[in-house]
Amino acid sequence: MNEEQKSDDMKVVEDLTNSEYKWGFVSDIEEEEFPIGLNEDVIRKISAKKKEPEWMTEWRLKAYKHWLTLTEPKWPKVKYPEVNFQDIRYFAAPKKKPEYESLDEVDPELVATFEKLGIPIEEQKTLAGVAVDAVFDSVSVATTFRETLSEKGIIFCPISEAIQNHPDLVKKYLGSIVPYTDNFYASLNAAVFSDGSFAYIPKGVRCPMELSTYFRINAMNSGQFERTLIIADEGSYVSYLEGCTAPMRDENQLHAAVVELIALDNAGIKYSTVQNWYPGNKEGKGGIYNFVTKRGLCKTNAKISWTQVETGSAVTWKYPSCILQGDNSVGEFYSVAVTNNYQQADTGTKMIHLGKNTRSTIISKGISAGRSDNSYRGLVKVGKNADNARNFSQCDSMLMGNKCGAHTFPYIEVNNNTAIVEHEATTSKISDDQIFYLNQRGISTEDAVNMIVNGFCKEVFKKLPMEFAVEAQKLLAISLEGSVG
Amino acid sequence: MIKIRNLHANVEGKEILRGINLDVNAGEVHAIMGPNGSGKSTLANVLAGHEAYEVTEGEVIFEGKNLLDLAPEDRAREGLFLAFQYPIEIPGISNTSFLQTALNEIRKYKGLPEYSAKEFLDLIKAKAVVLNMNPSLLSRPVNQGFSGGEKKRNEILQMLILNPKLAVLDETDSGLDIDALKIVSKGVNVFRSNKNAVILVTHYQRLLDYIVPDFVHVLYRGKIVKSGTKDLALELEEKGYEWLTKAELPVENV
Ligand SMILES: Nc1ncnc2c1ncn2[C@@H]1O[C@H](COP(=O)(O)OP(=O)(O)OP(=O)(O)O)[C@@H](O)[C@H]1O
Ligand SMILES: [Mg+2]
Repeated sequence: MNEEQKSDDMKVVEDLTNSEYKWGFVSDIEEEEFPIGLNEDVIRKISAKKKEPEWMTEWRLKAYKHWLTLTEPKWPKVKYPEVNFQDIRYFAAPKKKPEYESLDEVDPELVATFEKLGIPIEEQKTLAGVAVDAVFDSVSVATTFRETLSEKGIIFCPISEAIQNHPDLVKKYLGSIVPYTDNFYASLNAAVFSDGSFAYIPKGVRCPMELSTYFRINAMNSGQFERTLIIADEGSYVSYLEGCTAPMRDENQLHAAVVELIALDNAGIKYSTVQNWYPGNKEGKGGIYNFVTKRGLCKTNAKISWTQVETGSAVTWKYPSCILQGDNSVGEFYSVAVTNNYQQADTGTKMIHLGKNTRSTIISKGISAGRSDNSYRGLVKVGKNADNARNFSQCDSMLMGNKCGAHTFPYIEVNNNTAIVEHEATTSKISDDQIFYLNQRGISTEDAVNMIVNGFCKEVFKKLPMEFAVEAQKLLAISLEGSVG
Repeated sequence: MIKIRNLHANVEGKEILRGINLDVNAGEVHAIMGPNGSGKSTLANVLAGHEAYEVTEGEVIFEGKNLLDLAPEDRAREGLFLAFQYPIEIPGISNTSFLQTALNEIRKYKGLPEYSAKEFLDLIKAKAVVLNMNPSLLSRPVNQGFSGGEKKRNEILQMLILNPKLAVLDETDSGLDIDALKIVSKGVNVFRSNKNAVILVTHYQRLLDYIVPDFVHVLYRGKIVKSGTKDLALELEEKGYEWLTKAELPVENV
């Protein structure tokens, strides 16, 4: 099915959505430059910079050789100028070495930057149970709460550190869910990944706080290749928050992250993302290309829940997925994707039912404004041994104005006749009459649009941790804000 | 309260209001009657500031301010309320939180403290009782799936909560059963005071038995062609509009 919907003329909404990116700023932290382009030497150099063991260097090189055999995927419903992979700087790190005893030693510029984003690090410490592992460009510069976590045996650190200090875990799981052969961008990521987060929750431990990471892209032309690996051992639970906003840039910036989640028997992982990278200006110039591979594996009785609020990037290509391998395992995907101006998003999920009695839920809310294009692409696959597998999918699109597009591409493959797979889809639009009705009650047009959009996304916001939900609403308001008045 | 002078308005290039003059003072209730398509709802929408309607001539002074210069939300904040002939459904927003936002926006504009969720809940519950409204309607999304009568009652609930200076009720009686008509009328009568005013658009003189107007006007092809007291409504009930409209016929685009 390919639903293509165009809306009627709605001028108010259109004016309203002609907004500029609010959080565009560039901070002046010194950056250590690295040669542009990609070859085996560059990969060895990255590995050496990070003082990696030989096995890691070898893995990167294997990935690189495989990547050379691949071509960029062309099937997503997105258009963008060809990326010259020899024109990218594959490593950037702040010059000042990131080994701080306390936050006072952190570059004040950086702290100011975080403050602009509304997340002052000093306050993060005292904030209700949130540990922050801040990745600034490619190297982590601040980690808090690690001691509290380590008391419970929880490991939460930059993946570069995990490679040094927990090689057994990394060797066992890195690439086990997203192998370096998986796809073009995952291959590239495996070859050049700069840093990212690593978390391990031991057996039976419930992580006492939300683990959270803020990513930023700052070095001019430096592609960002984060790699995240989260392992929830048997009977453990963790909630992980990933959020980011990026400074305004005129150059297209490539981002190809990989996230791997492993939920062993009876474990639970909740992974929440709020993403607001620079989407390009009103004419569609600039903006970040975001090609992400996110996948989780559920063992018996395990549960993985992906929640994402995507408001940024010029091009988004992203399908957080669950492999429901163990019997009775559960996969969830709750998503809000907003596109405005010339943004393009092709996003969705894959739910792969392999075990018996596996269940999955997909709730996708797409909001398109301006001249943007917003596609949901989802696969629900039920293997032949997945007796009594169940899936419910709900894909709703909201259109603002008549120049944007919303598309739904659900793929369903069922190989077991005891499975029940349900798919529902709706398309709606904000009408001028709704706006006028709210105006007539004293509510401004901007607030009216925000109220309606927030109402539309409520089911997804409900799934976000409290402080993230507030931030998500703000981001939505900002990305749809405009020049009315 | 409001002075409407020689008001002309177009919809899609077509002139619908062709020189309306009307004065409403505090404490008064004015009924506006007239055949279908005569421009009653257009007048209401123009006053409220709907952008589909283009004012080509005339002025409207509301509480000393030039109403037509204000954005729709500011007209509402200044105390103009429109009960819609066809209330709009807004999915995803609960009736209560919508009304709390609306009331607080108006209070902010007036420099008054905002209502907390608790204070507001007490207020809305009390008003819902006046209108004998099913409490479940308060938590449901605004007007979504409401029956025709429930929607109308919800408009009056909003009026009671926002407590405007001038309420324009566009056929709020249409679609109400007899009991509901009495309850809604009671709501309007509770609202009435010597500080506010009501413009009542209706087709049925029966409503005027419950809400007794000070004046009755007949709108025909975009003009007020006759004004009188409540007796005029009775006369219309008996004779229809034809006797009033004959003299008015020579108009282009008939
Ligand atoms: N948004 C609009 N677009 C096009 N025509 C409109 C619009 N609004 C009003 N009209 C036209 O203007 C004329 C007056 O309509 P209006 O709704 O004001 O009538 P009314 O007096 O309220 O009628 P009723 O008693 O049926 O409610 C009608 O011919 C109607 O079709
Ligand atoms: Mg009407």
